[in-house]
Amino acid sequence: MQQAVTADIKTTKPSSGLGDAIFAFIARSAGLLVLLLLGAIIVVLFLGGLQAFRAFGFGFVVSDDWDPVQEIYGAAVPVFGTVVTAILALALAVPLAFGIAFYLTELAPAWFRRPVSTAIELLAAVPSIIYGMWGFFVIVPIMAEYVQPTLIDSIGDWPVIGFLFQGPPFGTGIFTAALVLAVMIIPFIAATMRDVFETVPAVYKESAYGLGCTTWEVMRSIVIPYTRASVVGGIMLGLGRALGETMAVTFVIGNTNRITSSLFGPGNTIASLVALEFPESQSGSLKLSSLLALGFILFVISFIVLAISRLLLRPRLKT
Amino acid sequence: MSATTLSPGPARDMPVARSLGRRRYRINTVIKVLCVLATFIGLAMLASILFTLLYRGVGGLALSVFTTSTLPPGSHGGLLNAIIGSLIQTLLGAAIGTPIGLMVGTYLAEYAQGSLIGNAVRFVSDVLLSAPSILIGLFVYQIAVYPFGGFSGIAGCLALAVIVIPIVVRTTEDMLRLIPATLREAVIGLGAPKWKMIVLICYRAAKQGIATGILLAVARIAGETAPLLFTSLGNFNWSVSLDKPMASLPVTIYQYAGSAFEDWVQLAWVGALLITFGVLAINIAARVLLHRAK
Repeated sequence: MQQAVTADIKTTKPSSGLGDAIFAFIARSAGLLVLLLLGAIIVVLFLGGLQAFRAFGFGFVVSDDWDPVQEIYGAAVPVFGTVVTAILALALAVPLAFGIAFYLTELAPAWFRRPVSTAIELLAAVPSIIYGMWGFFVIVPIMAEYVQPTLIDSIGDWPVIGFLFQGPPFGTGIFTAALVLAVMIIPFIAATMRDVFETVPAVYKESAYGLGCTTWEVMRSIVIPYTRASVVGGIMLGLGRALGETMAVTFVIGNTNRITSSLFGPGNTIASLVALEFPESQSGSLKLSSLLALGFILFVISFIVLAISRLLLRPRLKT
Repeated sequence: MSATTLSPGPARDMPVARSLGRRRYRINTVIKVLCVLATFIGLAMLASILFTLLYRGVGGLALSVFTTSTLPPGSHGGLLNAIIGSLIQTLLGAAIGTPIGLMVGTYLAEYAQGSLIGNAVRFVSDVLLSAPSILIGLFVYQIAVYPFGGFSGIAGCLALAVIVIPIVVRTTEDMLRLIPATLREAVIGLGAPKWKMIVLICYRAAKQGIATGILLAVARIAGETAPLLFTSLGNFNWSVSLDKPMASLPVTIYQYAGSAFEDWVQLAWVGALLITFGVLAINIAARVLLHRAK
């Protein structure tokens, strides 16, 4: 009897070992494939942009030319536009996202939390081209008719910051792009903030309430200090999203390769320039290479931002 | 009266404390109101988007949208080729990306335990999750369009598959980690090999969660435009061959919305309505499924 069982174990072992080895090999290869994928994206974009990097050297990054006729290309304007719209979008989105997260974790009645959370998260599921159409057909007219004329007439005359709010009210431009981007990244930042706020142990909050703190004082003195790094991580995640957004920005930014001092002036971003200029680029041309070089720059910027976000979020959220 | 103002203690502190308390409560109220307002603004944005889509799109909904392909302006075209193209590319993209994502998620949850490579894979996958999709389009253009001499539907599928992988990785790993250790131990204790434990027990126990991830991935790629611009390009003619340029709803919407023809813009809104409500419906279904899984 005993012998029969050991014999069974002996006969089953090699075959199961083989199955395990094959399955583990497939799983490991899949893991390595992801690493290869990232490496391949970086290498392919860099090699594609090599022609432009060689032709213009470091000047590519600082030049504000984009002249297809003379074949002179520079990255300064789209890089500037990308960074400015993304940061402006953050400035608009962070207070709102914080308010939403605060409301959802501390203020909203329990039965109301799930529907509101879901609705905010659905905002993240709307495709970016829809934001583009909505921005172009709804936000742009409102900006052109009401918001921009009002701001130009009032703040436009102020000293020091007045120049930011001058120029003709086109409706499109850097500011409108930032506004649409802000709406797009609010759900990402709000959802992350909500999740990290919920990790604060109830005991901490209860002891603060026990001392007579108001809800805001608990938020400011207990919740925010406890979650500070992760909150910054959530904000960086929003920044990473805003940097690479394409379709929505293309619709509303005005698409001009010029750095204007006014927030209402038109501009472009790396993503919008690539989307617009790509169809007019011959394969193998210097122009296409310049677009790939821009793509490489965008990838490096967003990789750094997203990496920081991940590192800040990791200790708090098990992700 | 003057004695009370001179003597220290509760009698004098009370008014001070009361005014301080009033101030604290006022700040608290103001901030609470601002938070409610922020939430309201967020919800109003969603409502505004949905209302705009309904208001502009419903009027153009007709049977011909689903039965006719895209035609030159003024000739009552539809979106049939774009809808079919989107279905093919989305489903094929998900079909290519899902098994890879599933295996990567399995590797992270079952094999990588704290190893350096495992952490690197998780990190890279998380970064790819938020990486600009337009760059994935450029990448696939360089490896699958340029070398093969032309835009093709299959290149579009590949670009979408790259987007699918990190989404499926994330949910698969999360869901596999939720499975209790006792269940695993019971299976191993019966003498089953590890791969049988994973395939027959863990996948089955986590199937709702894994399905959620796949649904979310499908919803995400169904609305992607930027990666398709450089890969499947779009096609105004009827075509379902994978080696030729292929139409898709988002790209058609992009081409139509920016045009000067009223009937094209109208069709763009119809397409936008279809894609948005489709994507949101899949999302809500995924959420319901996830809720049940947990």
